[in-house]
Order: sequence, then C-alpha cells, then structure tokens
Amino acid sequence: MKIHEYQAKAILARYGVPVPRGEVVFTAEEAEAAARRIGSSVVVKAQIHAGGRGKGGGVKVARTPEEAGEIARGMLGMRLVTHQTGPEGRIVQRLLVEETLPIERELYLGITLDRAQAKNVFMASSAGGVEIEEVARSSPELLLREPIEPGLGLTAFQARKLAYGMGLAAEAARGAAAAMIALAQAYEAADASLAEINPFVLTTDGKVYALDAKINLDDNALWRHKDLLELRDLNEEDPLEVEASKYNLNYIKLDGNVGCMVNGAGLAMATMDIIKYAGGNPANFLDVGGGASAEQIRNAFRILISDPNVKAVLINIFGGILRCDTLATGVVAAARELEIRIPIVVRMEGTNVERGREILRESGLNFTVAQTMRDAAEKVVRLAQ
Amino acid sequence: MSILIDETTRVLVQGFTGKEATFHAEQSIAYGTEIVGGVVPGKGGQKHLDRPVFDTVHQAVRQTGANASVIFVPPAFAADAIMEAADAGLDVVVCITEGIPTSDMVKVWHFLKGRRTRLIGPNCPGIISPGKSKIGIMPGHIHKPGHVGVVSRSGTLTYEAVWQLTLLGIGQSTCVGIGGDPIIGTNFIDAIELFNDDPDTHAIVLIGEIGGNAEEMAAAYVKEHVRKPVIGFVAGQTAPPGRRMGHAGAIISGGSGRAADKIAAMRAAGITVCETPAEIGERVKSRL
Repeated sequence: MKIHEYQAKAILARYGVPVPRGEVVFTAEEAEAAARRIGSSVVVKAQIHAGGRGKGGGVKVARTPEEAGEIARGMLGMRLVTHQTGPEGRIVQRLLVEETLPIERELYLGITLDRAQAKNVFMASSAGGVEIEEVARSSPELLLREPIEPGLGLTAFQARKLAYGMGLAAEAARGAAAAMIALAQAYEAADASLAEINPFVLTTDGKVYALDAKINLDDNALWRHKDLLELRDLNEEDPLEVEASKYNLNYIKLDGNVGCMVNGAGLAMATMDIIKYAGGNPANFLDVGGGASAEQIRNAFRILISDPNVKAVLINIFGGILRCDTLATGVVAAARELEIRIPIVVRMEGTNVERGREILRESGLNFTVAQTMRDAAEKVVRLAQ
Repeated sequence: MSILIDETTRVLVQGFTGKEATFHAEQSIAYGTEIVGGVVPGKGGQKHLDRPVFDTVHQAVRQTGANASVIFVPPAFAADAIMEAADAGLDVVVCITEGIPTSDMVKVWHFLKGRRTRLIGPNCPGIISPGKSKIGIMPGHIHKPGHVGVVSRSGTLTYEAVWQLTLLGIGQSTCVGIGGDPIIGTNFIDAIELFNDDPDTHAIVLIGEIGGNAEEMAAAYVKEHVRKPVIGFVAGQTAPPGRRMGHAGAIISGGSGRAADKIAAMRAAGITVCETPAEIGERVKSRL
C-alpha cells in the first residue's frame, strides 16, 4: 500500500527522523492559516501517490501566508500529471504546507528488500535529489549499501560508515547516522516494503532533515497495523480497483480493450501477454484466485465490463481448485443478470471441464468456446476490433 | 526417479482440520500420497480423515516417522509453523499459505540456514512427482509420469504447461511450484540443480515471471552447469511497472524485474524461450 508524503513523514518523525515543520491542509484557507502558524516562507506540496510532482507544478514556494493561500487555491482540484501518473494524472485534494530550509547539500537514503539475500538493504548516496535508479546506472560508486541483519537493525557502525562515506563530517555525520538508524527502525516497525528519503538534506547550519519521504507498506502485513490501514486514500486508487478489492479480487486496470478474467496471477499475466502477441491490448489484469465461488465470478464479471473500453472478454480458467462447472455457472448467471452484449470467449481446461462446457452450451447465450490459449487470444482480438 | 519426494515420503498436514487442508489432504490421499497424520495445536489425540492429530510437529514426527509436511495455516501463524517443522527435522516442508508478511519470511529464511529442511514456497501450489506423491493443491490428473522436470513461480500457469506436456504424451519427473512471494525457500537454482543431478530428468522447464532477478540468476547457473535442454517462459511482458500483479513478488520496481531482461538472460544462456505460453509443450517436444 502506498501512503502520502505527509503520512510517511509523520511515521518517520515518530521514530526520530528530523522532518520540516508542516501541516496537511484540504482548503486554501487552511493553507494560509498553516503558513501563518509556521511563520516563515513555506513550500506548498501537492499530496498524490506519485513522484515527479515538482516538474508538474505540484511543489511551489510561498513567501507570505496570503501567497500560500493563493497557491493552494490553484493547486487544489488541479489535475497533476507527472511521469509516474500516466497521462490521466491525479486530482490534487490534499496539500502539505511546510517550512522552507536553507539547503546546503542534497543526499539520498533508502531501504528496500534484497530478495536474493533475504535481507533488507540500506542505501545512501551523496547524489540526492535525482532518481536513485539513475545514480545506480550512471555512477554506481556513489550508491553505498549496508545489509540490515535480521534482528539487529542498522547498527551504529554501519550508520557511521554510510554517513562518513557520503562525505559528511562532525555534527552533520552524527545527525545523519542517528536519522539513518531511526529510518531503519521506522521501516521495520511499519512493515514497510520501501522507504526513501530523497532528498535527505543538510542545511547551512549543519542539521539534517527528511525533505521528502516515501513509504510503501507490505500489504501482507497490514492486518497487524490497524493504524496504518487507516492511511489508505481511496481517491488515489482507480474506482474499479477499489471495488474489486472489496471482493478479494486482484484487478488492475490497463488501457486496452480486451477484458480478461483468469485464475492465478501467472496465468493472468501470461494471458495478457498472449492477447498482445495476437495483436490486441489487454484492458486489465484480473486474477479471480484459486478458489473463487460463483458469486465472486459474478462480481468479477460486473467489474470487468464496467470499464467502457472493454469491447470483448476473454475468460481463461485452468480448473484446479476452481472447478470449471462453478466458473461456467457464475459466468452464465452474470451474463444473464448484466445483460452482457459484448462478445465473450471462454477457454477452460481442467477439473470438470466437460460439465462446464455443457453449462455454457445449454445457456443459449452467445459464448465463443476456444480450445487453446492461442485460439482464445486470436478469437477475442478479432472480436474486439 | 524424481526429486525431493516419492512414494516413500511420509507427510504431515499442519493445520490439518481446516477446510482447505481437509479438501487437499483428501485429494492427496486419493492420489496415493502417504499422509500419515496432522498437527493442530489443541486437537492432539483426535482423529481426522482416519489419521491421528497431534499438538506439535515434534510429537507427530516421533509417532509417525513423517519426513515431510504441508502447511495450510493462516498467514499470521504460517512463519511459526514453518520454523516448527524445521525444528522437528523434516526434510521437505511445503508452505501453501499466501499472504505471509515479508518481514516474517526474512526471519524464517535465516532460521532455516544451516538446517536440513528444504522449504518449498510459501504462496505456492506445492510439489508433485507424478504417479508417486503429491504434496500440494495441484490437480493430480493433469500430470503424467515421465522425464521432464518443471519448476515455476506460478500455480495455474504451471498446470497449463504441464497439461500441454501431458497432451503431447510427455510425462514429468517432478513439478515444483516455488511460489510467488519475494522471499521463498527453494529457488530456481536449487530446483534446477536437483533436476540436473537426477538421471531420470531429461529436460527442464523453467517458468518465471516479472519481479526480482531469480530468472537471471537461474540463467547464469544454467549456462555454467546444465547440459540438459532447458525451456523457459516469462510471464508479464505486458505488465505495467510499479504494480503488484497478483503475486507479492511480481512487481517491476526501479527498472528491475522486467520480463525483457529475463528473456534476454535466458536466451544468452542457451535456454529455449517460448514467446507465448501456448507453445511451451511444443518447444519441449522439439528439444527432447
């Protein structure tokens, strides 16, 4: 799960990472009042779940509270497009109003999982403020790494190694090392899957701050973090994806016109791939899971076809736990109830496949039955045109 | 022959009395798997599916001589169940559970280091040596005994590949679903190494997907050590970056984990890469 910058900063502050003084606001009036309380020039930052906000006009400096209010008025409700939002962008609904700081240097701190080592890895770089993937490509020697030993956390010596390694000295190095240990603690306590402070700034008076912050949380661990679960912002998610999540369906909206419904994540991805290979474009990823009921199939179908771009649907099911007759019953019920008029190609294999095909045939509805995945993909792409 | 499990493998079911566990235990028993009992804390002394239930894995191993287990316990307790199984000295532990927190699996992974136990999964369909033993949730009837080893991060996509093989009359020595999570026990290289050493496995099918770099590492291993034909497929060529595609581990992040890079690494290692999932069977046939 993704969370906003201001929420990530609140988590970091709780563990002792220094963050600029700031407030989240929802109206221009609140922005002006917040700027007045902060009492200096402020930066107004659009809160959306995507990076690259500055270039899109989502980060602006105000010298007076009135100006902060003015900027907020322009920013709230705007459609902010960045390289991470896609062309449709995101509507800005929340702002972070923060004190500005006299910046001397911009650094980078981050933690993520090293899958091969089965450990989290702490990363630090003196080249902050730019995308870290770019640093890793162009000047990998500037990206320092320390493995975090399970149970130990980031140790003091590792934090010093990184701080001095980035070229910090004396008080700044001490502050940075303390912030790094705090960041590692926050990461672990929140069951994060990614934490980044970019830039991590050194100010002219030798202090360090998390000027920006990003935390992604491990979805699998949210059940033990009820407080963090409340940070979910449904406005940041596609409405169809929100609807799908209510029924435990894995649905991701894409921009093609061939809807697909598949059981199993690997097969669902492979089905998208073969649609593309056949010359079409998948409208979504949808994994109905291993043990879907007829009811879940019905909901999946409803969500799938409520995407107006969908011109034809491919159902590809390999019946293991999910039996083909269960699937067919669900599909027929959904097609009747929703009065579906777009073409549906069904490809089924596995448990009770004969019974499943029979149910489709006997329904009198217009299903196209395909034998293999290739056959199914070619048929559905033709029908979607 | 087969790898990891065969008709002599004696299996415990952890979380035995649950609905899913019961269904799949019945299926496994019908397939011929030696299910010797189960473990459910607090239900020791009862019988389930005509087999004894124990409070701890230790007791179960002592009483039944089990050397493997399959775990169906909920995500909150699954990490502990894996460690309990390893502590009891089981050779093979298959964890079906999906949704275990990554931080729990980090601890488990390091707990297992230096122990004899081989973990398969979590978030996997399990392992089957066709005609001998099935420990997991895959439909048994789509398999056929034979000489192709299959290793995959996926469930149903593996069934698809296996079914294509079976329809072509090509049997399988063992099929291992290693799981879709970022941290798993047995990885591609472990399975490939076992298949490579198994004289009865004549070719290896490797089914990967986006996320991480396990496929790249496997390709490098194949290039250096494997002389048997290897046929590969990578799912997710059309997956958008930054989105988790069903599996917790299937995510392209920071420009790494892309299908194109994995396919290129496989090709460079001499692996026959299938363009689409529909041709896996045919490609294997052409390399036998």
